[in-house]
Amino acid sequence: MTQPLDLQAVSAHYGTTKVLEDLSLSVQAGELVSLLGASGCGKTTTLRLIAGFLTPTTGSIQLGGRDLTRLPTHKRDIGLVFQNYALFPHLSVLDNVAFGLKQRGLGSSERRKRAMAMLERVGLSALADRAPGALSGGQKQRVALARALVIEPPLLMFDEPLSNLDAKLRVDMRVEIRQLQRSNGTTSVYVTHDQEEAFSISDRVAIMNAGRLMQFDRPEVLYRRPANTFVARFVGFENIIPFKVVAREGDTVTAETAGMTLRLSQAAYGAIPDTFLLATRPDGLMVSTDPAAEGLPARLGLRTYLGRAYQYQCETAAGQLIANGSLTNPLEAGTGVKLVPMPEQCTILASEGTR
Amino acid sequence: MSDRPHPFLIVVTALVYLFLMLPLVIVVGAALSDTTYLTFPPQGLSLRWFENIFEISAFRRTIITSLQIAFLGTMIALLIGIPAAYALNRFRIELPKWLGTLFVLPILVPEIVFGFALLKSFTVGTGAPIFLSLLIGHTLIVLPYVVRVISASLASFDFSVEEAAISLGSSPVKTFFTIVLPNIRAGVIAAFILAFITSLNDVSVSLFLTGPGISTLPIQILAHVEQFFDPTVASVSVLLMFLTVAVMAVVERTLGLTFLAK
Repeated sequence: MTQPLDLQAVSAHYGTTKVLEDLSLSVQAGELVSLLGASGCGKTTTLRLIAGFLTPTTGSIQLGGRDLTRLPTHKRDIGLVFQNYALFPHLSVLDNVAFGLKQRGLGSSERRKRAMAMLERVGLSALADRAPGALSGGQKQRVALARALVIEPPLLMFDEPLSNLDAKLRVDMRVEIRQLQRSNGTTSVYVTHDQEEAFSISDRVAIMNAGRLMQFDRPEVLYRRPANTFVARFVGFENIIPFKVVAREGDTVTAETAGMTLRLSQAAYGAIPDTFLLATRPDGLMVSTDPAAEGLPARLGLRTYLGRAYQYQCETAAGQLIANGSLTNPLEAGTGVKLVPMPEQCTILASEGTR
Repeated sequence: MSDRPHPFLIVVTALVYLFLMLPLVIVVGAALSDTTYLTFPPQGLSLRWFENIFEISAFRRTIITSLQIAFLGTMIALLIGIPAAYALNRFRIELPKWLGTLFVLPILVPEIVFGFALLKSFTVGTGAPIFLSLLIGHTLIVLPYVVRVISASLASFDFSVEEAAISLGSSPVKTFFTIVLPNIRAGVIAAFILAFITSLNDVSVSLFLTGPGISTLPIQILAHVEQFFDPTVASVSVLLMFLTVAVMAVVERTLGLTFLAK
């Protein structure tokens, strides 16, 4: 039942505005893929294209070898879970869940049996006769989930399903969604703007920006090895410093930025091109008071307390950088320090002409 | 803080009700009078002026015409107005703003001007039968109410519910009937009542469109008053009141009126 989804060079326009450009994306059978990005990045457009509420201007959409591109929505056989639940207000919980089965021509006793079994799975069989209006947000989303799953669709899609729930419930529900998805093995596309949510439940995450796919990979790779400055900033690499190589000496590279030089080992960083960007999170810059340390000279500015560390705004010749320092040794503003990049927490990006 | 309303509030409320109800009481009283002229309080009690309505054939005919026009006009207005309101709301972003305003125009133009315009352009222009002219005129004056009331209902309808149904395999047309319509039912009923009563009570448009042999009840009442001063007018008015109340009562019994307060 589970099928792969394949988007080939899909573009979409809204009027004359291009909202999606040349998107190619392959979701393997049984995989959960998240589309992640800020609002307007094209993630919801992508979902609506796959669902058939929008038609692409170019490109094709295939599900298990079936061409969906021009197929009307009601013939696509896709389970959808909406942000605002979208339950049928005039039908009972049971009838909501049974709705898709009715469209498939199942008899009423069979519908009831399957819908009840599905409600059982989401833990709501006791509420089968309630009206949707009488349910809490979490319960509504479970009904919506049951309604989408009961038709056993080859593809399940989620449109920001948890953003109307409170923080605690959000975490519980995403675990529940992941468990149901895993045990059913249904190919799934999950749209969200919440990075933690996307990373925690997805096999792979597609990070999107301005209608383009920026990077598509496993969360572990995205988090540690962003492919470009957009993704780097998105996943929290707040320091992005442009460098130019001035000398190579065996494994060691000497690079220069704003008059400061830094010696980097290619054994630790991988191959370093002649011009590059050094990207790191605040945790990746060690604050050292040792004047002989191999780092960028900086003057500490504002110190804030993060609980696990102190964070410093640091003034350097290359502009402001952000670094985290140890809790045991709080430093005063104005202290001259060295910021030492830690290779395992840094990544080297190709220069992009931006910044 | 007490749960009991302030005495002043009770007095004001009572006065407002009195102000609203008193004219009706007077009309009912006058209708029951045994005299051959309009008077209040009634002198002697009699139902003969009610009987008189049905003895005057013009009243009999116009009551039927009025009910026919009101019912058919409302139905046609619903047939046009529901899809129009649906499209205006569903494609709110895609459609130009003035399109919605277009449907309100018939009540923005003074009705008397509207009636005259219809007479000049349609009845005289095409030589259409009077009944048809009346029907078209009434359909047009109630259409704005239908579109407005149903739009209000659709404004609170979440169209992702419709999308959910379609994604579950229900065709768009089927979805409209099984999902959208049941959820705007209250609006449709409210629109029906409002349109029906508006049509039933209309004078200005009908004034121009009625003609030899065919008239509506309010126009017949006017014509009658011009010639006679007997309590028949009062009893017809009472009848019209009861027709309105009957419509409301039927709706209340079958569906409940609470939705009108929503």
